[in-house]
Amino acid sequence: MALLTATGVTKRFGGLTAVRNLLFEIEPGSIVSVIGPNGAGKTTFFNCISGFFQIEEGEIVFDGVPIHRLRPDKIARLGIARTYQNIRLFPTMTAFENIMVGEHRHLHATWLGAVLRTRKTRDEESEAMEAARRLLTFVGLRGRGDFLAGKLPYGDQRRLEVARALASKPRLLLLDEPTAGMNLAESQQMTAFIRRLRDELGITILLIEHRMRVVMGISERITVLDYGEKIAEGSPHEIQTNARVIEAYLGRGGADDAAAGRAASTAGERS
Amino acid sequence: MSAAAATMPAAGAGTWTRVARYGVLFGAIAIYLCIVGIVPTFNTRPLIAGLLSLGQASLYLTMIAAGYLATSRVPTSGPVQAILVGAVVGGITGTFPSLLVLAGAAVDLRAVLPHASPELYTVLTASLGTSGFWVPLASGVVLGALAGSLATLPLVAQRPLSRGLVMLLVFGLFAGVLRTPMLANFMEPVARFLFAPEGLTVIGAVLIFGVTVVSVIAQRQLRVRERVDALPASTRRRLRVPLLLLLAVVVLTIPIGLGSFFAQVIAIVTLYVLMGFGLNITLGLAGLLDLGFVAFFAVGAYTVGLMTSTGEFGLLGWPWWAAAPFGVLFAMAVGAFLGLPILGIRGDYLAIATLGFGEIIRILAGSDLLKPWLGGPQGILNIPKPIEVPPDHLLAGPNQIYYIALVCAAFIAFVAWRLRGSRLGRAWMAMREDEDVAEALGVNLVQTKLLAYMLGAAFAGLGGAIFAGLVGAMFGSSISLFVSINVAALLIVGGMGSNPGVIVGAIFLIGVPELFREFSAYRFLFYGVALIAMMLYKPEGLLPSGITRRELHKPEELELVAGDTTVSEAGSS
Amino acid sequence: MNATVIERITDIAIVGFLWAFRIVVILVVVVGSFLTLAGGKFAFETWVDLIGDGIALGSIYALIALGYTMVYGILRMINFAHGEIFMAGAFGGYFAAVALAQAGILNANPLASLLSIGIMMLVGAAVSVVLALGVERVAYRPLRNAPRLVPLISAIGASFFLQYTFRGIFGPGIYAYPEVTVLAESVPIPILNMRWVDVLVIVAAVVMMAGLYLFVMRTRIGTAIRAVSEDRGAAALMGIDANRAIVVTFVIGAAMAGAAGVLFVLMFRQVYFFSGFLPGIKAFTAAVLGGIGNVPGAMLGGLFLGLVESVGPTLFLTGLEVPSPNQLKDVIAFTMLVLILVFRPSGILGERIGRSRA
Repeated sequence: MALLTATGVTKRFGGLTAVRNLLFEIEPGSIVSVIGPNGAGKTTFFNCISGFFQIEEGEIVFDGVPIHRLRPDKIARLGIARTYQNIRLFPTMTAFENIMVGEHRHLHATWLGAVLRTRKTRDEESEAMEAARRLLTFVGLRGRGDFLAGKLPYGDQRRLEVARALASKPRLLLLDEPTAGMNLAESQQMTAFIRRLRDELGITILLIEHRMRVVMGISERITVLDYGEKIAEGSPHEIQTNARVIEAYLGRGGADDAAAGRAASTAGERS
Repeated sequence: MSAAAATMPAAGAGTWTRVARYGVLFGAIAIYLCIVGIVPTFNTRPLIAGLLSLGQASLYLTMIAAGYLATSRVPTSGPVQAILVGAVVGGITGTFPSLLVLAGAAVDLRAVLPHASPELYTVLTASLGTSGFWVPLASGVVLGALAGSLATLPLVAQRPLSRGLVMLLVFGLFAGVLRTPMLANFMEPVARFLFAPEGLTVIGAVLIFGVTVVSVIAQRQLRVRERVDALPASTRRRLRVPLLLLLAVVVLTIPIGLGSFFAQVIAIVTLYVLMGFGLNITLGLAGLLDLGFVAFFAVGAYTVGLMTSTGEFGLLGWPWWAAAPFGVLFAMAVGAFLGLPILGIRGDYLAIATLGFGEIIRILAGSDLLKPWLGGPQGILNIPKPIEVPPDHLLAGPNQIYYIALVCAAFIAFVAWRLRGSRLGRAWMAMREDEDVAEALGVNLVQTKLLAYMLGAAFAGLGGAIFAGLVGAMFGSSISLFVSINVAALLIVGGMGSNPGVIVGAIFLIGVPELFREFSAYRFLFYGVALIAMMLYKPEGLLPSGITRRELHKPEELELVAGDTTVSEAGSS
Repeated sequence: MNATVIERITDIAIVGFLWAFRIVVILVVVVGSFLTLAGGKFAFETWVDLIGDGIALGSIYALIALGYTMVYGILRMINFAHGEIFMAGAFGGYFAAVALAQAGILNANPLASLLSIGIMMLVGAAVSVVLALGVERVAYRPLRNAPRLVPLISAIGASFFLQYTFRGIFGPGIYAYPEVTVLAESVPIPILNMRWVDVLVIVAAVVMMAGLYLFVMRTRIGTAIRAVSEDRGAAALMGIDANRAIVVTFVIGAAMAGAAGVLFVLMFRQVYFFSGFLPGIKAFTAAVLGGIGNVPGAMLGGLFLGLVESVGPTLFLTGLEVPSPNQLKDVIAFTMLVLILVFRPSGILGERIGRSRA
């Protein structure tokens, strides 16, 4: 059974239809990308999944539970986490604190317990801190825990945002342009890292990306949106050779990237 | 600064336009000070007895500021030109009051500007009458030139002089405040030497200026600051405890021997600090702009009033200690009641909604509708003090309120500290920074906001309960928007989320104005200027929380944990 | 207690409370009005009187509300100091009135009175405009890109500053406007039960609002203002000078508020340094009522609020045997403010702020 199913999803903003009649499924344990020109409705779709927007029509079902009418915090508690296109950390909080906010749904201390510093609360806090440390190390930010999130360099901020999303132990992770602003080497690292998330932690990944190299290299399936509608769906190879997609989106420079991506994806399959 | 000035190109026509603009700006400020009444009213308060009044000082300071700023900001070709610039700016500044004197001689301006009175002209012309119209102009030139020369000095030389001036002002302002208690004990001869009945004596002024200058120079020569910074962390930690003990001793003994007036002021300051700590949870941690804070204050006060009063409206005649917890609980309940519907509103609109609530409660409390229960405008009287003691006792009068408020404030600070490092505190801060992302991480916004709001309400109620005990009565008129704004201003000026900032804010915004009650008409004028100035130059506050946190978590306290999960190649950078 | 249980209770409590508020308000309004009218205590003329006052008062609120709504539209900030701008206009008009009275022009004949009033309104508007420009330059412009809280606090500071400047200059006392005799006379149409001053206020307000509407819709600078209100960046890309549009917005808002200040004092005959506070908040309520940022909305909101404030206490509260209902007229206004913010922050005609969710 699919982990997430969206059927007939439509989102309108006044006269503008940002997402139109979208049908979309993700199988558990897969890595899927959503691509499309700017303004195609990709981030809007993410916002609909995470509950930030209410959809006008259609249904979104996560692991059998309809989530399209739920509040975002309830959706988060079902096991969906995300990162943001423009990094949205809590800038005046430390890296540790950012991650520990991510752990919010797994912590159960009450405010009374916090004031009285009961044993239960103390234990929970130190466990949470341990978990935060482990996550920091996992994303490669070991030792930076006490740094203010807003003062970290850009690449570290991206990693921290991922760590924070992982802290909630999600089953589905939505990554919105995770390699934005990175150079080639960094985006390769990020690609490998994303694969680790699925391989080692079993998280299903849904990706919005513009970098064709990354998309083609890592995705098992790609969905292409244009003007809010799905215009194609399939394996990387199928998408690369889909005339309509190429016409809407890839163009000449994209075709070269696509070729390189094809090479990368074959290399990925071998390792 | 002077080195830069020396290498700047020679001044051109553009420079003089800028100079003129500074002059006009400060001239307008000088006129403002005159017509708003600061110069004539403050003239009754001497800074240096017999020599310089506060009103005159305000005018002179404007001229000095004009000269200093213009000289620092405008490129000049050397110290001579700098002094010239200062003189010109000061002169232009001074022209405005001079013109006012002349205008006043021709036409009686009092129909439109009530402060354009003989008193004002006397101050402006140094009692020379209309023929002395040149006095402001001349003082402007002189002071501007002096300020200009100050600005050309290297920073090292500027600092002692400017600090000296500041100290002069501070001691001049506080002379009366300091003198009275000092007369009552062993420091009497010192008091008489330095302080006249109001303001400094001339010798006192010279002495204070000189001592400050010398000590600043000495501090630099002896490299005090570097030596302190160079102390190893272990020494600093060992020093911390005795310093804190000293602070505690001072805090605990302040009201003793200072007289009842100061005890009252200190009690009120502490009360505001208490409420500031409470609002620091709602606003500082959780980011909810609650401008209706006073509503919960009122609930706490009226509850205590109703339960303890021996007068007409009292219901139970209980002692204060029994009633106060109910005041807190009730305030918390009202907080929940009012908070539930409005906590979905965003940002500045929440501010307005809470303001609306505060006003609704204020009007209802003093209204005829509720008069049978709340006493209308006359309010509830005969509220007994928490502790009944004979008049000479240590805890008599406002002192007991001070200690009660102190303990409660410490309690609130403790609670806030514990909460801040907890799951709830993090949820609050996350909500404050980015509500949508916090929600997407599983934070239930309404519940979390409600908790913050209710806690803030509870502590406001505690403040109200203590206030009722302090004043002994509760009127509808005690509830005003100003109380809410006062408390919010403490946070804004002191630094949001920062408890030390609240204390600093309370001392400056509550304590100082209370000490200068005679100028209460201008208190909110300075408030307004202070708020605008803070937002323009230091929106994070005077003592923002980042500083205190960073001070408390020095990097050497970071522990590196060994034996973590495997660090993979892709993960490390 | 289990966390989920608490959460469910809170959710239910919220829905419950919201419904309880709605019901209480509807009950007070409906039952109160019914009882009052059934009690027959008030003659028809009284109601006409109250309605007339309400429309006049509402026109004044509408004029002030326009300033709030336009500044919010273009800068997304609440100009807390706007009430003081209104008060400043009232003061300015005062001095013009006194001068005109002393020159014997004010009451020479109806035409002279009308001209004098025009001059007073111009002077009031001028004073308001100058102050508003100063405030914008010093307290708002440097903070245009700061987080939302900062300009709000600066605005509060500006409000205090203006209030107490006026107190400092003019003292705490109340200044009584010289009487314009012709205004106190009743209009010759008997059923209307209005004085000329009410007619003047309504007509003047309507003329100004019509002028504003045409300005915003038909002129180039008006269109520029609307463009900058929608999207400052895009407007700049089209070559529109955002700064100029903003300044013009402040000027218009202040001019209307200043003129409204004169009208207000013609109606109520008194002004003092704190006169701007309550009308300011109420006008803000009116702006939110009509939809903040929405110009026709502000006009509607102002009228509505004026009517409710004038007629409300008598209509809703006398039937319920509330003593001294007029004491509570501000409570009605503030309650409306809270209700609008809770239930329909977008206002009657306006934009969406805040969200309400399941």
